[in-house]
Amino acid sequence: MVTFVVAISLNFILPRLGHSNPVDTIMRKVHTPGMTSKEYKKRYEEFMVKFGLMDENGKKTTIVRQFFSYVGTTLKGDLGVSFTKYPKSVWDILKTALPWSLWLQIPSIVIGYILGNILGALAAYKRGIYDKVFYPLSLFLMSVPYFCLGIVLVYIFGISLEIFPPSGGYAMDMMPSFSFAFFASVLYHYILPFMTMVLVFIGGQAIGMRSMSIYELGTDYVKYAKMLGIKERTIVMYVIRNAMLPQLTGLALALGFAIGGALLIEIVFSYPGVGLALYTAILEMDYPVIQAGILIVTVSLLAMNFIIDILIGLLDPRVRISHESRVE
Amino acid sequence: MKQFKLLLRSPWFVFGAAMFLFCIFVGVLYPMFSHTDPLLRGALPFEGPSPDHWLGTNGEGQDMFSALLFGLRSSLFVGIAAGIFATIIGTIIGIVGGYKGGWVDNVLTLVTNLFMVIPSILVLILIANSIEKRSMLLVAFIIGATTWPWTARAVSAQTSSLKNREHVSLAKLNGYGIISILCMQILPYIMSYVFMVFIIQMATGILEEAAISMMGLGPYDSVTLGQIINQAQKTEAFSNGNWWAFMPATVLITALQFSLYVVNTSMEGVFNPRLRKES
Repeated sequence: MVTFVVAISLNFILPRLGHSNPVDTIMRKVHTPGMTSKEYKKRYEEFMVKFGLMDENGKKTTIVRQFFSYVGTTLKGDLGVSFTKYPKSVWDILKTALPWSLWLQIPSIVIGYILGNILGALAAYKRGIYDKVFYPLSLFLMSVPYFCLGIVLVYIFGISLEIFPPSGGYAMDMMPSFSFAFFASVLYHYILPFMTMVLVFIGGQAIGMRSMSIYELGTDYVKYAKMLGIKERTIVMYVIRNAMLPQLTGLALALGFAIGGALLIEIVFSYPGVGLALYTAILEMDYPVIQAGILIVTVSLLAMNFIIDILIGLLDPRVRISHESRVE
Repeated sequence: MKQFKLLLRSPWFVFGAAMFLFCIFVGVLYPMFSHTDPLLRGALPFEGPSPDHWLGTNGEGQDMFSALLFGLRSSLFVGIAAGIFATIIGTIIGIVGGYKGGWVDNVLTLVTNLFMVIPSILVLILIANSIEKRSMLLVAFIIGATTWPWTARAVSAQTSSLKNREHVSLAKLNGYGIISILCMQILPYIMSYVFMVFIIQMATGILEEAAISMMGLGPYDSVTLGQIINQAQKTEAFSNGNWWAFMPATVLITALQFSLYVVNTSMEGVFNPRLRKES
């Protein structure tokens, strides 16, 4: 909650650090040679009111009032109007982009997390040759920036070999519809960006899980279980369960990087999500879209964090018990 | 010293460190002796590799080989400077919070956690977007100002476990001020941790610079590796298959990241006794 307040405030303060008046920047773009100074003034005031920098009587508002009006309109879901696609509202632009982003991020994070943890635990348990190959490989995958791997994959599979489409969310000659052909095309375009996300994510998770599991395998309960002659698979399951919790906390921290990376992957693949919308907005200096795009990404990130927190609460017996005892 | 010898015996550490130092070496030396201006439009756009232009030219007809090495230098500069900024800010906040404890620690931890959750790339985009004249140093500072929480957290944890040691109490009894206690009694003991996080901060700095440059918000006064990729993207080198315009920069960024991560994990293996015995 506090994070949300800070995020909104940052979103208000930071863009105002540089150019004191966003309206000047727009006017430079809106201004056409044929415009009379009277028209110019009218448009200027119109924008000033729109951005809450001026009230209807033409008086300049204070920074505090601007802040509250910004928070108020944002909470109402009114994110303003795009500069470059003028009558179109920011929300209309982001509304179409957001599902694409979530569709890229959430499945790849979940699958990457599960696969990474299983592979990491296996590497810790088996050691030997498997670990010798696996460890450097996942170390490499962990350190490759998302967009670099994306570029390499696009070049190899998209452009040289032409196995997968190099760009877009669906075939260019199609309209979004509920047809089988459209979904097939979406899936076909999904493979490369999805692989990029999953591969890098697996690397980081696996490295973390490997060292967690090595630690767990050295503990007394595992030695005891081995002496009792419990089956290996059962022991591995116990280890995974115990190492999983710190990993879940780690996931919350890895999320930020993953989502930042996903935004860049969208640019590399021209995938029609929020990242690409941000990129075009930055090119066109469309400030409201940039600001709102960042806000939406932050909010969805906070929501995911919240879900992870709930999961930790559900899975961790310590947290669960302390909650139950508090209720009593 | 013993630990340093252990480090040098670890093949991974030597490999990573050599790779990174080689990059610095090339990145510093080449621009000193080169007379090719990376901004000079001396050839046709998208010429393939040839003896004149070892890595061809980009969409503007600029020589890619010198752009790459000049870019390497700027990226390293931004990365290292960002790492230093992040380390200084993070160490001060972490050490004060960890040592003082109580409400000071609570407030500082709250701030640290806040900035840890909000991805720095988003804050970076917002700030970089609102400042029109971004020099390399400014970009480095902005990156450092958004990535310090990782250092702060590591330092704060180490400090609070150290603060009740005897030598610290002794210094307190002797009436030393807080600053001299922190600098003389605590900082030397956590230096290895600070350095390990510094390595990661450098990697993050290089990565974040590449990321915002790719977004089109890089420093305006130089060529960086991220800007090479951004340029390739804008001139559609991707779809034309002009691999020389973006591949070398991509590989170089990856190599820098990999070498730094290898150095970090191999150091962790030496300094963290829990992991040491198995390796």
